[in-house]
Amino acid sequence: MINTQYSNMNYNVNEKGYYGEFGGAYIPEMLYPNVEELRQNYLKVMAEESFQKEFHQLLKDYVGRPTPLYFAKRLSEKYNTKIYLKREDLCHTGAHKVNNTIGQILMAKRLGKTRIIAETGAGQHGVATATVCALMGLECIVFMGEVDIKRQAPNVARMKMLGAKVVPATSGSKTLKDATNEAIRDWINNPVDTHYIIGSVVGPHPYPDMVARFQSVISEEIKTQLKEKEGRENPDFVVACVGGGSNAAGAFYHYLDKPEVGIIAVEAAGKGIDTGESASTSVLGKVGIIHGSKTLLMQTADGQITEPYSISAGLDYPGVGPMHANLFASGRGEFISITDDEAMEAGLKLCKLEGIIPAIESSHALAIFENRKFKKNDVVVVNLSGRGDKDLDIYVNYFKL
Amino acid sequence: MKRIQNKLSENNKLLSIYFTAGYPKLDDTVEILQLLEKDGVDMIEIGLPFSDPLADGPTIQESSQVALKNGMTTEILFQQLKDIRKMVSIPLLIMGYFNPVLQFGVENFCKKCAEVGIDGLILPDLPLAEYEEHYAEIFKKYDLLNIFLITPQTSEERIRMIDTASEGFIYMVSSASVTGSSSGFGVSQQEYFKRVESLQLKNPQIVGFGINNSGTFQRATKHAKGAIIGSAFIKMLSEKGLAGISSFIKSIR
Ligand SMILES: Cc1ncc(COP(=O)(O)O)c(C=O)c1O
Repeated sequence: MINTQYSNMNYNVNEKGYYGEFGGAYIPEMLYPNVEELRQNYLKVMAEESFQKEFHQLLKDYVGRPTPLYFAKRLSEKYNTKIYLKREDLCHTGAHKVNNTIGQILMAKRLGKTRIIAETGAGQHGVATATVCALMGLECIVFMGEVDIKRQAPNVARMKMLGAKVVPATSGSKTLKDATNEAIRDWINNPVDTHYIIGSVVGPHPYPDMVARFQSVISEEIKTQLKEKEGRENPDFVVACVGGGSNAAGAFYHYLDKPEVGIIAVEAAGKGIDTGESASTSVLGKVGIIHGSKTLLMQTADGQITEPYSISAGLDYPGVGPMHANLFASGRGEFISITDDEAMEAGLKLCKLEGIIPAIESSHALAIFENRKFKKNDVVVVNLSGRGDKDLDIYVNYFKL
Repeated sequence: MKRIQNKLSENNKLLSIYFTAGYPKLDDTVEILQLLEKDGVDMIEIGLPFSDPLADGPTIQESSQVALKNGMTTEILFQQLKDIRKMVSIPLLIMGYFNPVLQFGVENFCKKCAEVGIDGLILPDLPLAEYEEHYAEIFKKYDLLNIFLITPQTSEERIRMIDTASEGFIYMVSSASVTGSSSGFGVSQQEYFKRVESLQLKNPQIVGFGINNSGTFQRATKHAKGAIIGSAFIKMLSEKGLAGISSFIKSIR
């Protein structure tokens, strides 16, 4: 069951749409009717029995949930701790993103929307959106930065096969931030029939909360699966990479108010935090407004949003969702930054040790074991957010295979 | 100072111009303001450029990028406007996105506005509720009007709420679009303008978005107090530069 109550937990959203000082809905009036319609309805719709039934049925039969919680024996031996991988890479379409798009397409249908728009970075969210639109017979338009269209070509092809229209975003850094701008502009231009399926826990309230609730199935499953394997629901640590933060939000969700569970969020340092080519928002960001949300973001002293960099298209975003900004500011989460090189090495290591090719985004989460030491008996769950098919070219070129 | 209120109480339809500060050249701001006043413009929105202007179409996006590349910052804009009230007497507003204001410090920003003689602000992504809870006091302290937007999708209930919270005028966005679209001013827009007119709000309405010549200006102001031209003016600036301002303004009315 997806939880549809507001909780009194400190780390979840409050009635006003804030996580601590972060969140809210800083949107132009043109977006107000749509966002307000969603805000008034999302919990009500999610609580409907027919919604819950359809959502869980699709997650089971179509997405292939529950995804396994796999004890990575050789990886554990190498790092001398107990590492479990939550296999979101085995979801239909190859990443966790589909948990959210299934939820949102059902929401859109119940709100009577006929046209779907989305932004995408790595293309995983675009593919997941195109997939559910095909499933439901709805028109689908995906905005994608020109740079990302080049570096994630297989996903562009998949979206086209699925019947989506892929529109290049040519402004700014031509990556995820700019694709998001274009999607928002499209929504302003099409205020009545269109639903915007945001792909992460970013954007104006209620998006961060709605997306987190759809993704919370990840930690719900971890609890049950870990109980079977270890005799306890709570690991010592949960680790996930953070672009906008949706796979992390899902993996952390049911552990947010369990202080005995350490929460580790992994950001992309790009070429290094101080190189000017990085996406480590927790280190480089300051409080500001991006895409309708008050959160941490990378910006100049003058409040201009700066262009991030990461080898991983899915982590190449100058902000983080407000939930994560609050986890950072409150000290509840431990934030670690991983460079391109560290991530690539960790990705290759997982291939060799476990026979799993991870998405480069997920490789960032795996890379922490090189520097962050854990005790022998610690149970560490790493959310393996996606598979590496889309990244083969980048791996092959990087390692000159 | 009440420059905006005084202007609104005049009997004619108002022509207001938006331009991006720092475009086409960094130091054009003051000269553009002077030329616009000389040519009979009633009110001016000075655009503070932002890297990610969500509600703007390609023309204003482009001018904002050029302005930022030219080196425009909040600090520099206030320096340029330092003596503006010795030269220009029509109402001046700053229009921009909230993040640069937040980084400058909302109170500091308002204080600077008051010092140089800015009369009001238009910050489309600062929502009504947020404004009232956190910033209304500061705006009042510095005698700055905050201008809110309405669109064809805004409910009557919300329009009335915005009217109550507003002083000066309401910015009536002509159609569901970002700036610079040319959806025209057809039957549905006229109905929307009439519908809002019939609400008899306490604040007059000024129409913006999509006005690009004398025809659209006429149609926009039939049921409203005035109209704002932005993208069309910027397009003209990119083609003809400051030399084109006078004939552009005269072509409108
Ligand atoms: C496999 C994978 N992991 C992680 C991410 C980052 O997104 P988020 O931080 O929302 O989980 C993406 C985004 O495209 C992705 O494709």
